[in-house]
Amino acid sequence: MIRKRLGRHTVKLDNPVYIASAASTAGKKESEGPLGEFFDITLGDDKFGESTWEKAESRIVAENMQLAIKKASMTASDIDYCITGDLLNQITASVFGIKEINIPFVGVYGACSTMGEAMGLGAMLIDGGFAENVLVGASSHFCAAEKQFRAPLGMGSQRPPTSTWTTTGDGAVVLTKNGNDGMPFITEVLTGDIVDMNIKDPNNMGAAMAPAAAELMTAYFKETKREPEYFDVIATGDLGYTGKTLVTELLASEGWALDSRYTDCGIEIFDKDSQDTHSGGSGCACSALVFTAKFYKLLAEGKIKKMLFMPTGALMSPTSSQQGESIPGIAHGVVIESRCCNGHI
Amino acid sequence: MNQSEKIKKQMEYSHMVQKASPDSPIIMDCVKAFVSGGIICSIGQMLRNYFTGQGLSQDDTGLAVSLILIAASVLLTGLGLFGKIGKFCGAGTIVPITGFANSVASPAIEFKKEGWVFGLGAKMFQVAGPVIVYGTVTSIFVGIIYYLAKLVM
Repeated sequence: MIRKRLGRHTVKLDNPVYIASAASTAGKKESEGPLGEFFDITLGDDKFGESTWEKAESRIVAENMQLAIKKASMTASDIDYCITGDLLNQITASVFGIKEINIPFVGVYGACSTMGEAMGLGAMLIDGGFAENVLVGASSHFCAAEKQFRAPLGMGSQRPPTSTWTTTGDGAVVLTKNGNDGMPFITEVLTGDIVDMNIKDPNNMGAAMAPAAAELMTAYFKETKREPEYFDVIATGDLGYTGKTLVTELLASEGWALDSRYTDCGIEIFDKDSQDTHSGGSGCACSALVFTAKFYKLLAEGKIKKMLFMPTGALMSPTSSQQGESIPGIAHGVVIESRCCNGHI
Repeated sequence: MNQSEKIKKQMEYSHMVQKASPDSPIIMDCVKAFVSGGIICSIGQMLRNYFTGQGLSQDDTGLAVSLILIAASVLLTGLGLFGKIGKFCGAGTIVPITGFANSVASPAIEFKKEGWVFGLGAKMFQVAGPVIVYGTVTSIFVGIIYYLAKLVM
């Protein structure tokens, strides 16, 4: 087996890949949620001064990416690759967002798992010696996603309790080879199989994606002979309340107990009671924002020493759903550690 | 994993999902739909009584009532209020003519950005279109049955 591969799903990096900076730009509803005070930029309205929601999302991408570069004390010319993705057809939010920035671009699509996919690929590019600094990110926009995947916004319809609310915003990080001990760093990259348990309800994405997260977690624990206790925090993508319950049950059936160290980004981003978001948040920006606004800071402060960050995605399109296909799920994970402060904050 | 094992696993998971997924508050939703739908129909009836009192014919009254309810729904959709009302009322606002008006107005607003032809023009009936198509088809069948029934009787 190739030296860096621990198994079918896990690779171990030879050297730590540092996360030099994290930037978050969030929509209005997100800014009113539990993480509101932690975002770098918050939008007064979801058009962000643009004429369409799609343009607004691209501008969010542009500004947030540039902010991430600036926070890493770099310029665009220091960045070797930019790896991003979003939910819009042909990932146009990313394309139109970064087309003016002039960085070699790798567009990725992992639906809501995009942040994990991008971080993993970026880390492997750096550890493989192909790049020094890589900018990665993911974005989504509630209105633009509703328009593409569901019904027009003005339609007076009801959302079932299992539905999730697409997050508006962008989360971006700069990965670098040349970091210091004050920076969190990536040590391992996990790539999941496409898992399809024949869930067809587009209003229950958590249920469609939960098996992908559970299988990748199980595979990781087996391949590394680690236990959930190895981590201070395990955070899955945007499974929401329903999906988190299912992951916990699926892991329990494999003999692993996930206790309070396990959370889900879809639960972290909104307050479901006051914000009426039902099962929680979703969208590429959900895990990207929760990581950049919350977990990155906790890692950088040394309050979290080891975390498994595992965004999840539902890989369907409106066409595949209309043709009666089920919703395949995917999970992408990264293991992030911190050496900061030895417990002293 | 062979096919039957896979199906078994999917079935087991489907049970797990059913248990983990909270149900919609059906009874409360029905009560809200019943009351709000009733209120809309009562408004329609009040308008009907008013117009009949003003001396409008039976046909014209029906037309005037529909026009007012459609105009009100479209206006509320444009103001962004219909979505909020619809979230509360559910079928109460979807089933009457208000729902039909909303289903035409909301995509018209949403897709205006893609232009008058390929946006607004093409997408305006994406929700209401099937209702019109199958409503028309059904009426043809009803007409044929009516015609045949008359021949027989």
